[in-house]
Amino acid sequence: MAETEQRNPTGDFGFAPTSAVNADDTILNPRNEPRARPVRAILPRAPRGTGFDLCVYGATGAFVAVVVALFLELLWSSRLSIATFGFSFLWTSEWNPVTNQFGALPFIYGTIVSSGIAILLAGLVGVLAGAFLAEFCPIHFSGPLSFMIELLAAVPSVVYGLWGLFILAPLMHDYIEPFLQRYFGFLPIFSGTIYGVGMLTAGVILAIMIVPTVTAISRDVMAAIPQTQREAIWALGATRWQSFRMVVLPGARAGVFGACILALGRALGETIATTMVIGNRPAIEASLFAPGYSISSVIANEFTEATTQVYLSALIELGLLLFIISVTVNAVARVLLWTIFRPLEG
Amino acid sequence: MSRSSFSHNSRKVIGLIGVVLLATAASVAFASTQLTGAGSTFDYPFFSKAFYEYSQLHSDVTVNYQSIGSGGGIQQFIAQTVDFGASDVPMDADELKLAKEPVLQVPVTLGGEAIGYNLPGVAKGLRMTRQLIADIFLGKVTKWNAPELVKLNPGVKLPDLPITVVHRSDGSGTTYIFTDFLSHVSLEWKRKVGTGKSVQWPVGLGGKGNEGVAGQVRQSAGAIGYIELAYVLENEMTYALVHNRDGKYLYPSIETVAAAAATKPEVSSTDFSIVDAKGGDSYPISGYSWIMIYRKPSDPVRAQLTRATLEWLVTKGQAVAKTVDYVPLPANVQRNALRIIAEIQG
Amino acid sequence: MESQRLRRIRGAFGIFSAAFCAAGVAVILLLILGYVIREGIGAISLDFITQLPHPVGVPGGGVGNGIVGSAIIVGIAALMAIPVGTLTGLYLTYFGRGLPASAVRFLSDVLSGIPSIAIGLFAYTMLVAPLRHFSAFSASFAFAILMLPVIITTTESAIKGVSRELYEAALALGVSRHHAIMDVILPSARSGIITGVVLAIARVTGETAPLLFTAFGSQFWELNPNNPMAELSLQVFTYAISPYRSWHQQAWAGALILIFIVFAMNLGARVLLKPRLR
Repeated sequence: MAETEQRNPTGDFGFAPTSAVNADDTILNPRNEPRARPVRAILPRAPRGTGFDLCVYGATGAFVAVVVALFLELLWSSRLSIATFGFSFLWTSEWNPVTNQFGALPFIYGTIVSSGIAILLAGLVGVLAGAFLAEFCPIHFSGPLSFMIELLAAVPSVVYGLWGLFILAPLMHDYIEPFLQRYFGFLPIFSGTIYGVGMLTAGVILAIMIVPTVTAISRDVMAAIPQTQREAIWALGATRWQSFRMVVLPGARAGVFGACILALGRALGETIATTMVIGNRPAIEASLFAPGYSISSVIANEFTEATTQVYLSALIELGLLLFIISVTVNAVARVLLWTIFRPLEG
Repeated sequence: MSRSSFSHNSRKVIGLIGVVLLATAASVAFASTQLTGAGSTFDYPFFSKAFYEYSQLHSDVTVNYQSIGSGGGIQQFIAQTVDFGASDVPMDADELKLAKEPVLQVPVTLGGEAIGYNLPGVAKGLRMTRQLIADIFLGKVTKWNAPELVKLNPGVKLPDLPITVVHRSDGSGTTYIFTDFLSHVSLEWKRKVGTGKSVQWPVGLGGKGNEGVAGQVRQSAGAIGYIELAYVLENEMTYALVHNRDGKYLYPSIETVAAAAATKPEVSSTDFSIVDAKGGDSYPISGYSWIMIYRKPSDPVRAQLTRATLEWLVTKGQAVAKTVDYVPLPANVQRNALRIIAEIQG
Repeated sequence: MESQRLRRIRGAFGIFSAAFCAAGVAVILLLILGYVIREGIGAISLDFITQLPHPVGVPGGGVGNGIVGSAIIVGIAALMAIPVGTLTGLYLTYFGRGLPASAVRFLSDVLSGIPSIAIGLFAYTMLVAPLRHFSAFSASFAFAILMLPVIITTTESAIKGVSRELYEAALALGVSRHHAIMDVILPSARSGIITGVVLAIARVTGETAPLLFTAFGSQFWELNPNNPMAELSLQVFTYAISPYRSWHQQAWAGALILIFIVFAMNLGARVLLKPRLR
């Protein structure tokens, strides 16, 4: 019956109406007119307020409480810095522990740029890799290959940092950055002195760190698309790539998006690996080859040594800023999901 | 699973849990007292060996020292989550106020800082004056074949490379000692930048930890950085001959650092700087490291044990220092230290 | 309608680039792993895994207490995070509607972006400072918070991937909501949830920053979660940034062990919890 067949929107609301049940649990009669009596009244149910329901709501409540407490604690501990610097904290570039003058702008810039590079690289590579594992990979390889990619997630940050410093940075210095400068040097982002460490290297190491997350989750989401859907379009003469692009990718979009958000979160908050390859220079420069500084790096570097109250408070305010950046990025992402992706799905 | 095997398995599990609980209880009951200390990463190699040997000699005490950074050590000491703190820079008046109770500060070891560099074709022993070092770190001297360097090193073929300055990105006592030195020898540095565990560096990249700085220097031709003595000795790096106040060019070594320390026997927590010391054999970039302890710790038993441990550390424990490339306290400073330790009440 | 040929070429190109990406990621892993193995394999031995750390200059020693400590800290963290995370994921799919559900999802995404050091600080403020001592438990708390967003997101994805009709069929047969979820939906979503849990565990096993203010570290054997405890990734970090070659090698060896532990867990989880065929 055409009227009752609706695609499952893979959106934010958990319950999708299909077959004979409405979104709010009311039943449709055979002529598809809603009847007022809810399903619950018809089927025998366990008494409400079972332990199970309580557990679910309790767990969610605990989770929300923790996040809120975290935010409040950050806010409370940064009150001195907020009182001292006010909003100018956000656009000042000076970071001077000796005179106790602090401004966050270079760190905000560094965080956004390095994470931006990371998610661009990892998003593209990760989704394609996940697609390969879910759709095109011969069965014998997909298990071990998936496994290997997930193993990347197990490498400790400090190993990434050291590998980045000793292997990746020289690679960037000797081959990749000169290559980019030779052919694309007219762009300001590829101009300037080449150090090996810098914003681009940090972006690359972050990308490597987050790509397993994107790949693993994309793979799972894509594999969960029912085979019947692929078969349907194959029956119409589509190639495997077309079935991927027309059936799997749209259906997996929200899950893949979620994976990217998760990965981006990891990139924003990564400390040790970033600090070893970003150059740790609080300056804003156009070139990606130049050293930079991210919020997490400066907190990790200076927190244990900060002694004045203002200094400590300024560092915590940076943490609060990161929280806010995370909120903003996620809000923008949600808006994108709603306006761009949602209308494209049935 | 059959009923009998289930109860058999559950008995095994219960038995295992029982054993673990007993072991834990036993370990708690028969444990020696564990003293906790936190702070300077510089002290860590020396402390870990010294306290290990101490525990071999005195089975009633174990010392758990963790290197979370000098500032972190002071923070934890003030919060009274550890028995003693360790810092390369003694607590100043503001910090002592935060401690709420009278604090004793004891010098426990010495260190020197080498100026390491990476110049293809140039061996160890480049000569540098103190003013020159300041100018390099100020960004005023930017090339290796600058006239100032050529004049000092007539026999050396200095390449036409830009000087890449590398400093510490993380706040550290090492930076404090180095900037203290620069402030002493250059009025411009003192005005522009100042002394601190973290400062606003005019030029250069930041590396995390000695490993980060040394790694960066080793990889970039034309790089220069300040690194702890133990580090350059252990890793056979190239480092400079520094001109001291009396006109001699010296390498940092156990002897030259000890000579610098000996010129100020009355060192105290309010007058602790020994940079740019007078004396023919004094290496100009040297400094002490300190342990802080409450005059009247809350637990008298722990106070006794701490006092005994510290007494050993500044006397017999100093023999351990040399074996890990640390500089033992000169005799007069040792006596001083013992006097301070004797004030611990408990 | 484009020609058959063009479609095939496009398809081949697409599949090739996907394969290239997957292979590229695997190759990078091999490079990193190769580097860690080359640097650290010399220090791996039975002694290394079972002994306490020795100070520099005293040969031998190991990370035995770090391995035990990591197991305890991550274990307790998992015990806290898995129930809360999976139940919250369940809330997002079958219990929540509209604004509250969106808000919870939003909070989860935001949490994933907080630097681990800030979360360590939070754990310090809640559990270390008031009690005046460091503890493994506070580290587990910090780790659990770090694990939550990963588990929540992947659980949600996994459960959504199970067809709605199964749930409704169960309801239609008179099964209570509780049982419909526990016995019908969750077993089918098992694989995805396990991926999430393993990813989360892998993530925290390599974390160091939060430990500085919570577990503190230790050179000794410790089983009591109420005390400071050694942790493998912290030991790796401390050794790695030290001046001594012997410690560097131990750092790499420790990193190798870390990777191996996660490898074993991943393998174990997949093998043991594979849905049994009837």
